[in-house]
Amino acid sequence: MIRINCPYCGERDHSEFSYGGDATINYPSLDASEKDWTEAIFFRKNIKGFQFETWHHSNGCRMWLVVERSTVTHEIKSVKPCHPDLQKVVENNK
Amino acid sequence: MKTRRIDNYGKINRDKILSFRWDKKNYKGFEGDTLASALLANNIGIVGRSFKYHRPRGIFSSGVEESGALVTIGSKDRRDPNVRATTQELYNGLEASGQNAFPNVNFDLAGINNYLGRFFAAGFYYKTFMGIPPLEWGKGTAIWMFFEKFIRKAAGMGSASGLPDPDTYEHAHDFCDLIVVGSGPAGVAAAIEAAEKKLDVILVEQDSLIGGNQLAENDFDNSQIKNQLENLGIKIMTRTTAFGLYDNCVVGLLERVTDHISAPNVNIPRQRFWTIRAKHIIVGAGAIERHIAFNNNDIPGVMTVNASKHYLNRYGVLTGKRIVIATNNDSVYETANQLSEAGANVTVLDSRTNLEIETNKSFEIRKGYVPYNINGSKKIDSLDISKSETINKSETINCDQVLLSGGWSPAVHLLSHRGVKPKWDYNNACFLPNDTKENITIVGSSRGLWNKNDCIASGIAGTTDALNRLGLSKTNYFFPKPGGWKNPIQPLYEVKYKKSRSKSFVDYQHDVTTDDVRLAHREGFISVEHLKRYTTLGMANDQGKMGNIIGLSLMAELLNKEIPEVGTTVFRPPYTPVSIGALSGRNVGKHFRPLRVTPMHQWNIDHGAKMIEVGLYQRPWYYPKENETLSDSYIREASTVRKTVGICDVTSLGKIAIQGPGSTEFLNRIYSNGFSKLQVGKARYGIMLRDDGIVMDDGTSWRLAENEYFMTTSTGEAAKVMSWLEELLQTRWTDLNVNVTSVSEQWAGVSVAGPKSREVLNNCLDDSLVITNNNLPFMGVTSTFLKGNIPCRIARISFSGELAFEVYVKSDFANTMMDLLWENAKKYNGCLYGLEALGALRVEKGHVTAAELDGRVTIDDAGLSKMASTKKSYIGSAMRKRGVLKNNDREILVGFFPTNLKETFNAGTIVCEKNNIKGQGIGRITSVTYSPELGHWIGLGFVKGGLDKWKDTNLVGADPVRNKQMNLKVVSPHMIDPKGERMYA
Ligand SMILES: [Zn+2]
Repeated sequence: MIRINCPYCGERDHSEFSYGGDATINYPSLDASEKDWTEAIFFRKNIKGFQFETWHHSNGCRMWLVVERSTVTHEIKSVKPCHPDLQKVVENNK
Repeated sequence: MKTRRIDNYGKINRDKILSFRWDKKNYKGFEGDTLASALLANNIGIVGRSFKYHRPRGIFSSGVEESGALVTIGSKDRRDPNVRATTQELYNGLEASGQNAFPNVNFDLAGINNYLGRFFAAGFYYKTFMGIPPLEWGKGTAIWMFFEKFIRKAAGMGSASGLPDPDTYEHAHDFCDLIVVGSGPAGVAAAIEAAEKKLDVILVEQDSLIGGNQLAENDFDNSQIKNQLENLGIKIMTRTTAFGLYDNCVVGLLERVTDHISAPNVNIPRQRFWTIRAKHIIVGAGAIERHIAFNNNDIPGVMTVNASKHYLNRYGVLTGKRIVIATNNDSVYETANQLSEAGANVTVLDSRTNLEIETNKSFEIRKGYVPYNINGSKKIDSLDISKSETINKSETINCDQVLLSGGWSPAVHLLSHRGVKPKWDYNNACFLPNDTKENITIVGSSRGLWNKNDCIASGIAGTTDALNRLGLSKTNYFFPKPGGWKNPIQPLYEVKYKKSRSKSFVDYQHDVTTDDVRLAHREGFISVEHLKRYTTLGMANDQGKMGNIIGLSLMAELLNKEIPEVGTTVFRPPYTPVSIGALSGRNVGKHFRPLRVTPMHQWNIDHGAKMIEVGLYQRPWYYPKENETLSDSYIREASTVRKTVGICDVTSLGKIAIQGPGSTEFLNRIYSNGFSKLQVGKARYGIMLRDDGIVMDDGTSWRLAENEYFMTTSTGEAAKVMSWLEELLQTRWTDLNVNVTSVSEQWAGVSVAGPKSREVLNNCLDDSLVITNNNLPFMGVTSTFLKGNIPCRIARISFSGELAFEVYVKSDFANTMMDLLWENAKKYNGCLYGLEALGALRVEKGHVTAAELDGRVTIDDAGLSKMASTKKSYIGSAMRKRGVLKNNDREILVGFFPTNLKETFNAGTIVCEKNNIKGQGIGRITSVTYSPELGHWIGLGFVKGGLDKWKDTNLVGADPVRNKQMNLKVVSPHMIDPKGERMYA
């Protein structure tokens, strides 16, 4: 069981969360081309090692989080809110 | 029958006699016995028949590694098959029987298989049934399917009761700083050290008593240790197995709460399935003694040396009178001393020639000797031994027991669960656990330490390691070096005996012999993983705890490699079997998943609703009058709605409050249709697409105020839509000032539909002028009060195609609202209607639901192209016309009528062209109903090319599952009132 240290709720079982996906995608603007969108939603790196991914604390505080997790060992290096303003708030409260 | 129990030995309670039944006969044992020790005490040697050959099998061990004495405990609905007799505690009235034998284990008709051995060699099933060329070429599977049930019955062990499990199981959770697995000297030392350093410690022991292998010592008393541990506040969990290690120091435990009690309290669970979240794990799981492969090494009376020591010192059972011990290491000599002191005639065969050993000289040591053949079938008559492994000059020893020790295998299983590969230690001829970066430390004989003092030192070092890793200390420590025997072990895995029809067993439980391993190699299975699957070596429920290393050594020999080059297979959880009951815990029956009900659930039932499950929700299905069937009822309900008025609970729809200055922009981006010009006091139907352009969900959004909307979603997609909106706001559009809140539970909703709906609703309102046609036109929204000053929200929305309203009140007022509406609806001969009628009404109108929007459908496929704005960009707008989504042979939403209007059809019917009825056809029917309005069956569905292409063509509906076929014609999905005149009335 992966344990995720939610910045709002503390360390919780992964079963409280839902997996999102790649947290490093820069989604194109809504009027961007089909090509840009295809790139953004279908092409993924298959990373062996640490990757940034989104998790939703769906059975907790409902916040979307960026989790830095190893795809090999499940080790988690960092957990931050996705929202940049909230990231700052969490950072300042440390 | 004579007893093998001897006086002055053992820690059993001889004052407490327990009666038990074995294979329908009565026996006696003592409190503190296991079933195995009680059977041995009663001189019962054969306890089962083997898997394939039905050879008599006895008790090989005294613990979890047991691969022979698998028995069935209990009867009827409490029958528990494949229980290890060696770990089953005896209780008064215990009922047990041997397995895999007919009529019984002593005389088993299938014993003939022993002589048909060549038919049961490795890969037997594959070769025999996967096609016998040339006659049966390609037909192998069919043959296998025919024979499978007979073979499965002949091979295999005990059988399950097939009845519902009467016991209860619990899931439990705990947290601690340190969990120590195993209560041997190392584990206990680690736990004490940690508790003294103020860590919160859980100590787990699979046995009923703490002590580990010390329980096999004649002078061991654990009461003091127990007191010490308890006084330090350590939580001791006995009869509890750590069956698996998981990520982030999570440990799975199975606690056997009542498996040792004859009449357990019905209020406590049989077993508890624990999830422990620790900060550090110390594994002191011990080591397991191996046997040696030689001919007939499975005859009842063969046992590991350590097991015999257990039976003597813990249970007071002397397992043999004339005992031969065969070994390649020093660990057996203390046992040999004690067995001979207890009165047995002992001979030790030690494969080593150079050896210094101190003994009490009461037994003979035959240096350089190995066993190669046991004579006897149901019991041991004698043992053939030979100097050196090459059997040149042999002699025979009369004996009734052969004890084996081929070395010890540290229990590396739990580390293997974490993906840590073990390393081969040549000096000790065993796999040792490797270090891991995770917070897990191995102590005791699991590290290959054979002396008690080393084990204790390793336990203390282990805790220091844990403290260091947790950042609580920076203390130097060292682990003792593996080993500890005076004379080095001499690897000995197999003694070869070249006689036809010889059987040297590697894996007792799956009847895998050394010949099977060799055969597999000859046939090209040279990877250990392939070997394992082809021979099934190590795939029984003991996972090859005793035999795996022997199999690897044989493979290494055949490949001319060393064992570490051959590698080892991966042990996976569980360490010992976990019952399905424990895995499911309380999540059975009605508790299998949560149940959601609407606030008017009881009201609906009180008013005659039959309920149906939709996702987790219970929704009214239909409201039958007296003798009405489902069909009578929904047809009446749907007709009543079209004629006068009906009331339907729609609370299960998802409801989301959208607030903030960015709300309008937000909705405009997530819906495919425009929302920027929606006025306050208006609602709009909207479709959401996914990023990839496929339809995600549909629903309505009501503009309650400048910056406030009330969104409804479909019942099934409510949670997904909510998460999706949160994701967009928190990850992509972080500049939008919008807040979304799920209010699904806060609002109770009802649909009031039919030509008389406005009149009914008017009678229920404080101010009836609020909802005139002018004040509340189609898609109008208003906030007002029901009589009794109940605040409500009303939108003029229609799913049925009639004049209709959705009314929402706070959930607390649900029943009052229903009473009020129903009282007034009755005045107009109205009805309550359920999901079935709702379905009929919407199919008639061609409105899509989850049956149509199945995650493969585009907005154009659903015939809703008008809902796709061309004036703005929105989620999915770039992708909805990509590649295959713009093909013109896509399946488009249409309506279906049976050509012969008297015929019926079902959802799932495949639509085909005439004379071309095959495969997936050209379309499918997704929803069907009897249309009260039209007077015949109608359907919604999809067909390639849509209405334009097939308008006047006769198509065929193929329903192979129900063996049905009918002629179809394609019609517009808007099967009644296509202009919507009723809605606007
Ligand atoms: Zn949280």
